Amino acid sequence: MATLTINGQVHDVDAPPDMPLLWVLRDLLKLTGTKFGCGVAQCGACTVHVDGAPLRSCMLPISALGDRAVTTIEGVGATPAGRKVQQAWLDLEVIQCGYCQSGQIMSAAALLAGMPNPDDADINAAMAGNICRCGTYVRIREAIKRAAKAV
Amino acid sequence: MALFDRLLAAPAPQSRLSRRTLLQVGVAAGGGLLVGFLAPVGKAADQGGESPGPGFAPNAFIRIDRTGKVTLVMPQVEMGQGVYTSIAMILAEELDADWAQVTVEHAPPNEALYANPMLGVQATGNSNSIRAFWTPLRKAGAGTRAMLVQAAAAGWGVDPAACRTEAGQVIHDASARRIAYGALTGRAAALKPPADPPLKSPADFRLIGKPLKRLDTPAKVDGSAQYGIDALPEGVKFATLAHSPVFGGKVAQVDDSQAKLVPGVRQVVVLDDMVAVVGDHMWAALQGLKALNVTWNEGANAGVDTAQVRGRLRAAVDRKGVVAKSLGDVAKGLGDDPVVTTYDVPFLAHATMEPMNCTVHVTPAGCEVWTGTQVMGRCQASAAKVTGLPLDKVIVHNHLIGGGFGRRLEFDPVEKAVRIAQQVDGPVKVVWSREEDIQHDVYRPAWHDRLSARLDGDKIVAWKHVLAGSSVLARWLPSAYVDGKDFDAYDSAADMPYDIPNLHVEFVREEPPGAPTGFWRGVGPSHNIFVVESFIDELAHKAGKDPVQFRLGMLGKAPRLQAALRLAADKAGWGTPLPVRCGRGVSVQPSFASWIATVVEAGVDEEGAVNLRRVVCAVDTGIAVNPDTIIAQLQGGLIFGLTAALFGEITVENGRVQQSNFHDYRMLRIDETPPIEVHVIPSGEAPGGIGETGVVAAMPALANAIFAATGKRLRSLPIDREVLAGRRKA
Repeated sequence: MATLTINGQVHDVDAPPDMPLLWVLRDLLKLTGTKFGCGVAQCGACTVHVDGAPLRSCMLPISALGDRAVTTIEGVGATPAGRKVQQAWLDLEVIQCGYCQSGQIMSAAALLAGMPNPDDADINAAMAGNICRCGTYVRIREAIKRAAKAV
Repeated sequence: MALFDRLLAAPAPQSRLSRRTLLQVGVAAGGGLLVGFLAPVGKAADQGGESPGPGFAPNAFIRIDRTGKVTLVMPQVEMGQGVYTSIAMILAEELDADWAQVTVEHAPPNEALYANPMLGVQATGNSNSIRAFWTPLRKAGAGTRAMLVQAAAAGWGVDPAACRTEAGQVIHDASARRIAYGALTGRAAALKPPADPPLKSPADFRLIGKPLKRLDTPAKVDGSAQYGIDALPEGVKFATLAHSPVFGGKVAQVDDSQAKLVPGVRQVVVLDDMVAVVGDHMWAALQGLKALNVTWNEGANAGVDTAQVRGRLRAAVDRKGVVAKSLGDVAKGLGDDPVVTTYDVPFLAHATMEPMNCTVHVTPAGCEVWTGTQVMGRCQASAAKVTGLPLDKVIVHNHLIGGGFGRRLEFDPVEKAVRIAQQVDGPVKVVWSREEDIQHDVYRPAWHDRLSARLDGDKIVAWKHVLAGSSVLARWLPSAYVDGKDFDAYDSAADMPYDIPNLHVEFVREEPPGAPTGFWRGVGPSHNIFVVESFIDELAHKAGKDPVQFRLGMLGKAPRLQAALRLAADKAGWGTPLPVRCGRGVSVQPSFASWIATVVEAGVDEEGAVNLRRVVCAVDTGIAVNPDTIIAQLQGGLIFGLTAALFGEITVENGRVQQSNFHDYRMLRIDETPPIEVHVIPSGEAPGGIGETGVVAAMPALANAIFAATGKRLRSLPIDREVLAGRRKA
């Protein structure tokens, strides 16, 4: 039994300690907004925040979490950076199939929370781990800049 | 915290529309599944499928309830291309619905009601959703509107011609009366749909042509959007599977003693061609599968490799094929000394971000399927065939699709999941690992092309193109494969836009051993436009002509393409100076009934690394239903095509696919992506297709840019950095 804090709520889950957070979220807690893409931290679709830092939940065993707070796409709208990113995504119509976008938004929100005015190099560094097969990168870049300007 | 640091770090880049559709249909109580978003704002709605109550359902696409809520049933599936919004716009336009009251819903499987008029099956593909449904949906909307007007006019005792409609209301200006559609549903339902309702003049369009917000975006920014992989029916178990690593191999022996010891593993399913482990969650299933000891009978394909596949294709172009097109006298036109060259393109995987998956519950009485598919009807038929149940006992819930690109035109993941579910008590969600997804895909065919041409001054006077590869059409839609003719295989090769008096295009069907082939975003043109536009570029340089001017000189019969080319060249600054080892490349295409010209600007360093600097694209796609979607599809399609050109290749050794995940089947990433400009040319022509066009455009434009930068002509894909670095000959 492990105790996890996710989006401000405490959950007791019956899961082995080596079980990656991704599957705890999706299969046990029914928080399906966090996506499975590759299983080896290559695509970023499973990105969540752990104490604000963007991590790939597909390779993150829950035993490594301790009492750190987890935020997922379902909860990121409650943070100032997350809300701005979601709005910019809507304003610029970033999304196509949308499957990778939970991860894109989580990476972008973490970037803006720590760096209010990122330049292109900062955006590249923060976002290069998130693959989008539909190819929405041009709009992702624009939307991050727009979110940075939002009050 | 080392683990955290590692996970934090970004990985290093290394017309068949049934007449019945226009007849009254019952409201499908169990059929439609609410998509889970309402326009214009949306959180996930419940998935139960709310009862529309007594209402008005004049055709298979439109329902209006008494509150005025308009439900539009989507005959084509949403996989990112924006079609739910575009289709809703077309229906709502002719219906004059209040856009704020429109809700969309997935169509249930029903070949009679929802077959794609251009394909004859209920399928979303070939970039033809708008082309295929443009007129039928406009008529459905206009016919419904006419019935509502008639109902209102009868109630008021006025001439229907004196009424107009706007935003979900019928209005009689002379008496200053108006009535909402919802209040007319009872009376309208008693009327007969008109056979040939008048359509709006494009000048009167209120929605079409405007960059409206997509209906599916809100649910996709907050994690509430439901993809097939998110289905969680009550009591569901989780499974993952393994196929034979060799194409077509069978299970010989399984030792499951270790697998069954994995905590959470509930069951091991062994079938003749695959194994699956079922558990309480995906982690248990994955760990269980890893612990399973399977011996495979590798079968006849154990010796297949890429060299063998290529060798067979190269030999095939010497055989007689099927003539796709023949004009003039090519033998005479080519003369004794034509320019001759060959091109090769590889197998490609789809690598949709949502891995293959399907959730199934089989009981003696029925079968329920949750998935995201481009072929609803075929999924239902497959589940019925496997279970032996009648079609009406198979319920298929379609979902938003996390990338289709042609992979979900195949129903093998459904068929396999149903076979697994037959062995499992209760519902089971079968999710493929990324490795299984890439190694057991249905690949874009590899091709070999031999081209010959003769120049006379700055014109091509003779052109011969022999292409060898597999016929996807022959397997996927055999009814359309007549006398060996595969219109997809030579799409955009046989119908080149250039004015060439002597032309011969021939297709030689050569199926690869073992490897299954299928449609892939860009289909036939993804290969043909690369070959044609690369060879055209070679001939331009041979003629000593500027590649843009050379093309313009032969496009007299394609004025829309000429205009697109002039615009793209102008916007790209064609002919203006660039730094050393940088170049611009151009390509043009008539594919999918859209006229597109693209300029890629790229640099190549001494080590052969390619730096994408800028892409400019001009498109005439006829009436742009949602112009912002057109731009988005081209931006994304170009990135998909650049990815293929730079990295895309599936290779085979010992009958096994060698790539397995995103580290060795690379995708373009944001730090490698150039600025992309898309210019949409205003047009009143019928809408063209758009979803696959950018993919097609990118490959030749990049190869031609690399030639301009380096003088090296790349006649195979993906781009070979060793050649560009001068370490290997092309």
